[in-house]
Amino acid sequence: MNKIIERTMIVPNMHLLEVEAPEIASKIQPGQFVIVRANDEGERIPLSVADWDREKGTITIVFMEVGASTGALARLKAGDSVATCVGPLGNATEIGHYGTVLAIGGCYGIGSIYPVVRAMKNAGNRIIMVFEARSSYLIYWANKFVGLSDKIFNITRDGSLGMKGHVTRLADVINSLPVPPDRIVVNGCTYLMAHTSEVTKDLGIPTVVNLNPIMIDGTGMCGVCRVTVGDKMKFACVDGPEFDAHKVEWKEFLARRKAYMNEETMYFRHSEPTVVHKEGKCQE
Amino acid sequence: MNEEKTPEKTSKIDLNRRDMPKQSPEMRSHNFNEVALGYTKELALAEASRCLQCKKPRCVTGCPVEIDIPGFISCVVKGDFAAGIKKLKEKNCLPAVSGRVCPQESQCESQCILRNKGGEIAIGRIERFLADWEAAEGIIDIPPRAAPTGKKVAIVGSGPAGVTVAGDLILLGHEVTIFEALHKAGGVLTYGIPEFRLPKAVVAREVDYVRKLGVKVITDYVVGKTRSIDELLQEYDAVFVGTGAGLPWFMDIPGENLNGVYSANEYLTRMNLMQGFQFPNSSTPIKRHKRVAVVGGGNVAMDSARTALRMGAEEVRIIYRRSHAELPARLEESENAEEEGVIFNMLTLPVKYIGDENGWLKEIECIKMELGEPDASGRRRPVEIPNSNFRMEMDAVVCAIGNSPNPLVPATTPGLETTRHGTLVANQETGKTTRDRVWAGGDIVTGAATVILAMGAGRKAARAIHEFLTTGKQ
Repeated sequence: MNKIIERTMIVPNMHLLEVEAPEIASKIQPGQFVIVRANDEGERIPLSVADWDREKGTITIVFMEVGASTGALARLKAGDSVATCVGPLGNATEIGHYGTVLAIGGCYGIGSIYPVVRAMKNAGNRIIMVFEARSSYLIYWANKFVGLSDKIFNITRDGSLGMKGHVTRLADVINSLPVPPDRIVVNGCTYLMAHTSEVTKDLGIPTVVNLNPIMIDGTGMCGVCRVTVGDKMKFACVDGPEFDAHKVEWKEFLARRKAYMNEETMYFRHSEPTVVHKEGKCQE
Repeated sequence: MNEEKTPEKTSKIDLNRRDMPKQSPEMRSHNFNEVALGYTKELALAEASRCLQCKKPRCVTGCPVEIDIPGFISCVVKGDFAAGIKKLKEKNCLPAVSGRVCPQESQCESQCILRNKGGEIAIGRIERFLADWEAAEGIIDIPPRAAPTGKKVAIVGSGPAGVTVAGDLILLGHEVTIFEALHKAGGVLTYGIPEFRLPKAVVAREVDYVRKLGVKVITDYVVGKTRSIDELLQEYDAVFVGTGAGLPWFMDIPGENLNGVYSANEYLTRMNLMQGFQFPNSSTPIKRHKRVAVVGGGNVAMDSARTALRMGAEEVRIIYRRSHAELPARLEESENAEEEGVIFNMLTLPVKYIGDENGWLKEIECIKMELGEPDASGRRRPVEIPNSNFRMEMDAVVCAIGNSPNPLVPATTPGLETTRHGTLVANQETGKTTRDRVWAGGDIVTGAATVILAMGAGRKAARAIHEFLTTGKQ
């Protein structure tokens, strides 16, 4: 049981969850994740950690509501508890002095890439931050990145902020720089990571992604998170979740990611509106 | 208990081993309730009365934890079930579990002198009867605890090995804390063995028992991640590692990452730990597949196949590369599976999984095998028959070919030596590892084995840890 300090919707469908977890907070490194269960009957869901306060003993997660389990999490309030919060799991993102690091965050990944960017900055790298979203109103935490970033770009699909289009516009971002970045890190949805990988592979820039497959135990026991990386079978939970983007078998990863999509969305199709909107009104 | 008094022998003794009532195959293949229903009091008494109370009981030598088998059986004959369960628990703190899942036919019962005279005594069934009787009575006999020693022991993993060590050491007066990575205690008993073979209420009861003895059980705590062994050693005087064989093997054949291909661990964990068989009334999603192939011939393969049947599959096959005679599963389990309608494809090896355009399994390609010369294990080596490949349409494959030891603890503990199989190097008699103040036992040392062997290893390690804590010798 971990007490919830804060749970707020930061942009539509995107929630911030701060929980008490002193031991995890004292250990966690950028790129690691935790497994959370909203309640005693809850599914175990792996969630990237977006921030922590070692002294206060709390960790902060940013997650998107996509189905029943994240929905249950999204309905919890400060003062409630989550049944499980276990970690820190997975390996930390490799932090080094690379020169210029370009970081791309989209969706929940804007949150989870924040500690990576912070650590990369502290390691002496020049930071170019790229936010990717459907629309400007879905970008959050932008000001947290201001002090860390030497340059910030936005790519929005509706063109409401920065470049208009998909993450494939990344090529234009890179071309606009005086020198190409030495390393690229990407956190976000699978499409974002897969497409970034395509772009940067052509440009020959080393790129690492933080994969987000389905998991159960998160300790190597079940093997559902397996992914092909450089023709080898890897378990994202113990071998990753960070991998060389150019070696990931993306088509397979995408298919595995979507394995339970029908079951996940069943919740939206079958649940009464009252479940989502408690007491007849939207919670937020 | 009065040891000298032998049970009264009457001339009316029915010499035959008593069957245990079971759910019918038609019924049970559609529900998750326990298959074997257990002895009634009358059956237990009748079976116990068959025991000859040998002066030199061979059954005891067949038991990895050396339970006083004639002792507890004679208590049953006298109708003193409370004494019987007490006798059992002297050596085995999980009798309701071992009474159900222990391979008695190859251990205690295989040694019974009555083997060819009406059948060996059903030791496991009587054991189970006593444990269930105690649970039904609701009396829990908490044995006296030695005076506190002030010593602290950390146990990593709440499976059969860890729970045994905990149960033993707490009674000796030490302070014991179990760390469990998952949200429920019990290890493989909880996530692996299905409800219909080992009800989760039984496991919960056994774990609850060590809790009542005073053991602290901390779930959601991954040693190796949340805290390392080295950090535990700063707070605890000794550490026992019982993290089990939790890293599934795959076969390294094309198509293994298709959707619909599961490790047995994943398949069973979804169903057992996460209660997937109740989906959508439970929260972890599962698929209801029509045709399921289970690769492997052990108990885990049988568990997976029988689970698939219960989930409504129309066709469930066991695919095993050797023949029926070599099936490593308990006879009882493979018979149960067969009775329920599982189809056995023996001498068959999958070579390739073929998927559809969305990345879902649709067909499996197998090759026929024949048995050649005996291999290192003494079993005849299966050899491929050239050009015997054939395909079967399948919606799901469950890969139940075994597990490696979980690498989390070895990988994060400097100086903790492993073998080339990834198991921990440990003294056979004491469980002592290559690290100061660290012991280990169960599957993490032996590789995937049985519940009772893990309990046996736990008992030995507990003895060694106790000696260290009281004399400083390790």
